[in-house]
Amino acid sequence: MAFEKRTVVVIGNGMVGYKFCEKLLAKSKNFNIIVFGEESRPAYDRVHLSEYFNGKTADDLSLSTKEWYQENGIKLYLGDPVQEIDRENKLVHSLHGIRRRYDYLVLATGSSAFVPDIPGVEKDGVFVYRTIEDLELIKSYAAKSRSAAVMGGGLLGLEAAKALLDLGLPETHIIEFAPRLMPRQVDSMASLLLQSKLKKLGLQMHLNKSTTQIHGAEKIETLQFGDNTSLRLDMLVISAGIRPRDELAKLCRLEVGTRGGIVVNEQLQTNDPDIFAIGECALYNGMIYGLVAPGYEMAEVVASYLCDVQKSFTGFDMSTKLKLIGVDVASFGDPFINEPDCHTIVVEDTNKGIYKRVNISKDGKYLLGGILIGDADNYNMLLQTVNNKLVLPPDPEDIIFGSRNGANEGAGVMSLPEDALICSCEAVTKGAICSAVKEESCTTIDGIKKCTKAGTGCGGCVPMVKDLIGGTMKEQGMYVQNTVCEHFDYSRQELLDLIKINKVKDYDEVLDQFGKGDGCEVCKPVVASILASLWNDVILKQDTIQDSNDRFLANIQKGGSYSVVPRIPGGEITPDKLIALGTIAKKYGLYTKITGGQRIDMFGAHVNDLPFIWEELIDEGFESGHAYGKALRTVKSCVGSTWCRFGLHDSVSFAIEVEDRYKGIRAPHKIKGGVSGCIRECAEAQSKDFGIIATEKGWNLFVCGNGGSKPQHALLLATDIDKETCIKYLDRFLMFYIKTADPLTRTATWLNKMEGGITYLKNVVVNDSLGIGEQLEAEMKGLVNTYKCEWKEAVNDQEFRKRFNHFVNAPKAKDPSLQFEEMRGQIKAKEW
Amino acid sequence: MEVIAIKWFFACNADDVPENGGACVKFEDEQIALYNFARRGEWYATQNLCPHKKQMVLARGMIGSTGDACEPKVACPFHKKTFSLISGECLGDEDYRIKIYPVKVSDGKVYIGIE
Repeated sequence: MAFEKRTVVVIGNGMVGYKFCEKLLAKSKNFNIIVFGEESRPAYDRVHLSEYFNGKTADDLSLSTKEWYQENGIKLYLGDPVQEIDRENKLVHSLHGIRRRYDYLVLATGSSAFVPDIPGVEKDGVFVYRTIEDLELIKSYAAKSRSAAVMGGGLLGLEAAKALLDLGLPETHIIEFAPRLMPRQVDSMASLLLQSKLKKLGLQMHLNKSTTQIHGAEKIETLQFGDNTSLRLDMLVISAGIRPRDELAKLCRLEVGTRGGIVVNEQLQTNDPDIFAIGECALYNGMIYGLVAPGYEMAEVVASYLCDVQKSFTGFDMSTKLKLIGVDVASFGDPFINEPDCHTIVVEDTNKGIYKRVNISKDGKYLLGGILIGDADNYNMLLQTVNNKLVLPPDPEDIIFGSRNGANEGAGVMSLPEDALICSCEAVTKGAICSAVKEESCTTIDGIKKCTKAGTGCGGCVPMVKDLIGGTMKEQGMYVQNTVCEHFDYSRQELLDLIKINKVKDYDEVLDQFGKGDGCEVCKPVVASILASLWNDVILKQDTIQDSNDRFLANIQKGGSYSVVPRIPGGEITPDKLIALGTIAKKYGLYTKITGGQRIDMFGAHVNDLPFIWEELIDEGFESGHAYGKALRTVKSCVGSTWCRFGLHDSVSFAIEVEDRYKGIRAPHKIKGGVSGCIRECAEAQSKDFGIIATEKGWNLFVCGNGGSKPQHALLLATDIDKETCIKYLDRFLMFYIKTADPLTRTATWLNKMEGGITYLKNVVVNDSLGIGEQLEAEMKGLVNTYKCEWKEAVNDQEFRKRFNHFVNAPKAKDPSLQFEEMRGQIKAKEW
Repeated sequence: MEVIAIKWFFACNADDVPENGGACVKFEDEQIALYNFARRGEWYATQNLCPHKKQMVLARGMIGSTGDACEPKVACPFHKKTFSLISGECLGDEDYRIKIYPVKVSDGKVYIGIE
């Protein structure tokens, strides 16, 4: 008898609905899965919805793609909600008339934003905060609004308030019914501190307010409260709670709770054994679980059940940690339990804006719960202590005061039991993570995410996962250090900061002050690059620490000859200058070729001839092209609006301007730019470290692309900006790269390793989230203003010129071993 | 017992060799790389030819030290093969070895010894 697959129909394509499919697929290929989703998009990350105003696109928030469903044989119906469940015949009917049989039905319909019954709530300018569509409506309405309020000062309400701040609204309010913010997570003292912090950011709070009416002709104009006060507003976002979507359940007479929610047992079964409910629509033990982690756990239980593995859902730890507009807020275990049932330790530091409360069992042995505001670095460890019932040390206040310093925290994490749950969103234990490190060589966060899924949910466990990776590797003797080399115990970024703060300008001094031994071919170029980026001094002054090509300001080639590349900004050159290059190349018998960077390279120069060649080039008005340095190379251009019939703006002029600005700047690796005059992109700017493309309204700026052995396209940083803004962002971007990247790391690799990726980078460069924008611009300005052509300096200094010889005791003699052959009428290096 | 006589020839003035770097000395048909390890107050000399791709460039390489014993070394500018300045052994690869010459400095003048 042929084996027939059983059919599982999933109603709902939100985060939990998607996770259920993922889990069922991982456990068994014997099910036919059909999904009906009300929204028109495949499942996306609703938890990080507020990032939508922070640069993330809808695609960035997607949890998967339509292709994923196709590839896995799941039939996905989007924008087609189920209208009716026929339990007797085990059929579902959708809005667009699709009818499907099920063997098992999983309701993952989630919840909708609760809209209180306030007169006027149907007016224009009133929104809820749940879907991407909601956010798009809010965004476009905000463009013509001055003042907005969020109704609801809970978790979601504060996220929504942040989103409004991100939209740049000059006046933002929070209205809360209870006497404090986040009433279910924090106590009144914590709320007071939170309020004062939010106030500093420009948020106005109104507590103990119940809204009685919304006034306005057709759109909202004022809110009226129960205490007879009122507030003028252009926009209102309602975030006053969630209501489970149980309409379908009610229609087919499944048991629902008196205040909503589909009643389920420990296996998440409804009163119909073939129908399950998971996520925010499910009511377990009288409770609706409004976080994604318990939803995922429910999905796990049902997926297991269908594969004959018995698991139970018995409730879930609702501890949370989040960063609200830069303020850490955490709540774990039982945050509210009070004397005399326990002891409490409270720290209130109004100077630093920190509030910490932990509740300890009366015998002092166990941690019961707590609240952290302003500094939640200890959250992971404290949560593990509560959940694993770890015994407290004799001085428990140490665990609250102790800040997250590397050695201690690392030790703490490694001492957890193997079954300690590190990632609650994906239910990954410490043991699973450590095995992945030991047995599957997953030694990066990305590796662990792929192997175990830890860190792919809310991301809160990532610091702990990092510590586990480091701790496990250390135990295995695989300790990894990000230090420069055996002579310096610092990363490049740390060394740069030390050199900068201590104003050291000489390699030997750097070695004496911060290093050991006598240096080597690894750290000398790293320090040389740092010194150049900080002080912009002529590098020939410290020639013996320079790398192979910088040593003689020319690229060393086969045989020991060198190449010469004068700068041709933007790839534009006059006929006279072309002639000059031709004349010089002929005089010295050099091989000439046009480079990918839109300039001319001349090969076969003896080291003795270099100063003479450059003297003539400088006389003709050329400067060093820095082809030999980990520095700005070229800014390519396309023809642009001066000649091209498609050109929107003058790309050549802009390319020349940018190349002239940043010439001479040294960096962790070479930097290449491009400017295109229209979308056809003839300058290939999207494969550059920075690429600028003309639009109707201005320029789009892309960053962190490269060609080479691992080509990557640059990512969009800003759209439709003017030239001044473009330069400002470039100043910040390049300086940030110079100061923080590891040695010999192109911008693409630097971004790939950056936590938070392009979103974080955009925040730093465009939104100035670290508050360092001004400093970065000033530092770049310093470099730009102190530019000197190093070949001009070399040519005019007799001491420098003396170095350019092959034999120190026969300076006019050329290297007899350096020989050339002929090819196509020019010379070439003899094969080695 | 065989006594090997060393003939010293005058290479150059100490000032001619950049501090903590090298310079190439011509002696008859030989090319000798001379290193002024100023940080350690020491001088070294080796053949200028890097045995890897047989190029006359070692004098242009970066010098430094390695290990707890701070053994002095030079790195070839082409592919960064490193060689001990004391034994001439290639520090990464067993197979290569470069010739070492004794150096003495007196009165600001550098002399290299040839056997």
